[in-house]
Amino acid sequence: MATVSSSPSTAMGRAESHHSPVVTRIEPPRGLFNLRLGELWAYRELLYFFVWRDVKIRYKQTAVGVLWVVLQPLLTMAVFTLFFGRLAKLPSDGLPYPVFYFAALVPWMYFNYALQNATNVVVENQRMITKVYFPRLVLPLSSVLSGLVDFAIGFVVLIGVTFYYGIRPGAPAVLLPVFLLLAILTALGVGLWLSALNALYRDVRYVMPFILQFWMFASPVAYPSSLVPEKWRWLYGLNPIAGVIDGFRWALTGHGRAPTVSLLVSAVAVLVILFGGLIFFQRMEGTVADRV
Amino acid sequence: MASAVIRGEALGKRYRRGLVSTSGLLRDSLGRILKSPLRSLQRQKQETFWALKDVSLEVKEGEVLGLIGRNGAGKTTLLKILSRITQPTTGWAEIHGRVGSLLEVGTGFHPELTGRENTFLSGAILGMSKSEISRKFDEIVAFAELEKFIDTPVKHYSSGMYVRLAFAVAAHLEPEILLVDEVLAVGDIRFQKKCLGKMGDVARAGRTVVLVTHQMNQIRRLCHRTLWVHDGKIQQQGDTGIVVSSYEQSMRSLAESLPTQLKRKSWKAQFVSWNIADPSGRQTHILSSVGRTTLKFYLDVNEPISHIVHGITLYDAERRIIWGWAAYDLAFVPGRHELEYEFPMLPIKAGAYTWMVSLWSGSQQLDMSDMAPDMLVTAESYQHPRDEWSGVLNVPSSFNVRQISGLHPDDK
Repeated sequence: MATVSSSPSTAMGRAESHHSPVVTRIEPPRGLFNLRLGELWAYRELLYFFVWRDVKIRYKQTAVGVLWVVLQPLLTMAVFTLFFGRLAKLPSDGLPYPVFYFAALVPWMYFNYALQNATNVVVENQRMITKVYFPRLVLPLSSVLSGLVDFAIGFVVLIGVTFYYGIRPGAPAVLLPVFLLLAILTALGVGLWLSALNALYRDVRYVMPFILQFWMFASPVAYPSSLVPEKWRWLYGLNPIAGVIDGFRWALTGHGRAPTVSLLVSAVAVLVILFGGLIFFQRMEGTVADRV
Repeated sequence: MASAVIRGEALGKRYRRGLVSTSGLLRDSLGRILKSPLRSLQRQKQETFWALKDVSLEVKEGEVLGLIGRNGAGKTTLLKILSRITQPTTGWAEIHGRVGSLLEVGTGFHPELTGRENTFLSGAILGMSKSEISRKFDEIVAFAELEKFIDTPVKHYSSGMYVRLAFAVAAHLEPEILLVDEVLAVGDIRFQKKCLGKMGDVARAGRTVVLVTHQMNQIRRLCHRTLWVHDGKIQQQGDTGIVVSSYEQSMRSLAESLPTQLKRKSWKAQFVSWNIADPSGRQTHILSSVGRTTLKFYLDVNEPISHIVHGITLYDAERRIIWGWAAYDLAFVPGRHELEYEFPMLPIKAGAYTWMVSLWSGSQQLDMSDMAPDMLVTAESYQHPRDEWSGVLNVPSSFNVRQISGLHPDDK
């Protein structure tokens, strides 16, 4: 039988840090802008573990695992191609329908997954939150990052579909990471608001499917943004996901138009949402452990 | 000279009762704001209470500090403030060193993940670095005695295996300052001993520990200094022996302050004292184990009496009757008598208890008294580690799980 490990090893392990310089100051919450973002860096390993946990569990629980991640956008693409394309005859900026839809569905599905995940993450980990300290921001951050694994798989398939239809991405493709970053930040920004609201109000989760469906139709997933009248285009930019999707189509295929002004509006909108979300989330963070 | 690694100044925590009682529906809150924008602001002024008020403390490097107090006294709130789970409403604290807190065993465990995966996950959540967990991994698995099952998802573990692994991870957490809430009493008795041994090692290794527990024997064994929290304030702090005795004293007098039976004594007969005869023959009023127990009550009788009824009642600190019994048709001649009770076991949880004994002649009460001093039970716990689930009985049990048939025993 194993015996209790004796103290010398434990004592030695920490001996060098006996007078560690780590000083934690505990005070009542104050001020709006006490974001403590630097602390996140100290907890980067925990962030990694949360992402790792999400990914592991996601692929363990679904029987078909990776296959499902590929099938889901492919099937949606087939449905869209049939109904919005062949039957409703919506324009596709001159792209083959499958490419047109798939290029939108890959970033959209990432956003959809990341936002849902982020909305539920605080509630799902409420028990842990009442038992141990870590910057709560790690939670929504991990949920938007864990969605990237699905995204990567979908993206590989997207490249395959694009090549299958004889489309070769040009120079704009180098801008893809910029659009992806915009999608991540949007999911994080909105996710911060919704996860905090969800922790405060139990009915938020019931509104989520509606929000996401509405959002999809407010984004050029099923139709090209060229359908939106020119003078409203800037307003359309307030929806950053519209810019992301236009950006994906354009950067990957060269078709459609390069998002310019609207992208700038999107970037500003995202920063506002994100910054507001950080403040709101951090205010909620202080009381969430007291709500159980 | 050791320096203070934890310093708290005037710490206070106010809770809003309303936080829990409002419906928690966004729909309702929005409706309220729309209906009466002004009133919805006023609603903020809900009923509040202070779970902790004006608590200042200092813990020196290498010190093991015990936190005691009744349920709801504020010990856990204090621990949660120090571990940053909740923020104080007033005051401040400063902590020098890496803090690890252990408020629950198995924090962050996920049933779908294997033992190995959960070890890393839970370790990281408790504050260990990846390299630290890798380095200690074999030690953790050996401690949990789960070498064969470490790659099995923990949903297939027995509760004993689950708790062993969870504690093994926690026990290998080596921060400079460890905050622990009542998590030591887990698993079977052998594993509990092992855990206590590990905790002792931690304490001896010069680490600073703050420990919340209801078990006074644990406090006595592990803590250099003890802080007694009562109604959110510090009632007393100092040397463990002194604080624990006055805490126990107060639990006793609390029982006395509650309305008790009339203490009328007749000159015919009266109970004078009692004690526990422990196996070594010593006389005591402390019950330190659950096993065979012999109690002796001494009765002075001044004239011959017969057709006597003798009653006995065991009360807990909150004056609830734990056990009662009576003997009928007794007769006594003048002199001192010894009334001996022998119990195969007295499975009651740790705490202070009162024996009340009575003597009746028909309906005439000859004596009915609470015996002083109280009986203190300090026996090892065989109960659920969480107070709200532990119940009143402290019953040792053995537990086994075995498969007795396949899923479809009739097949094949």
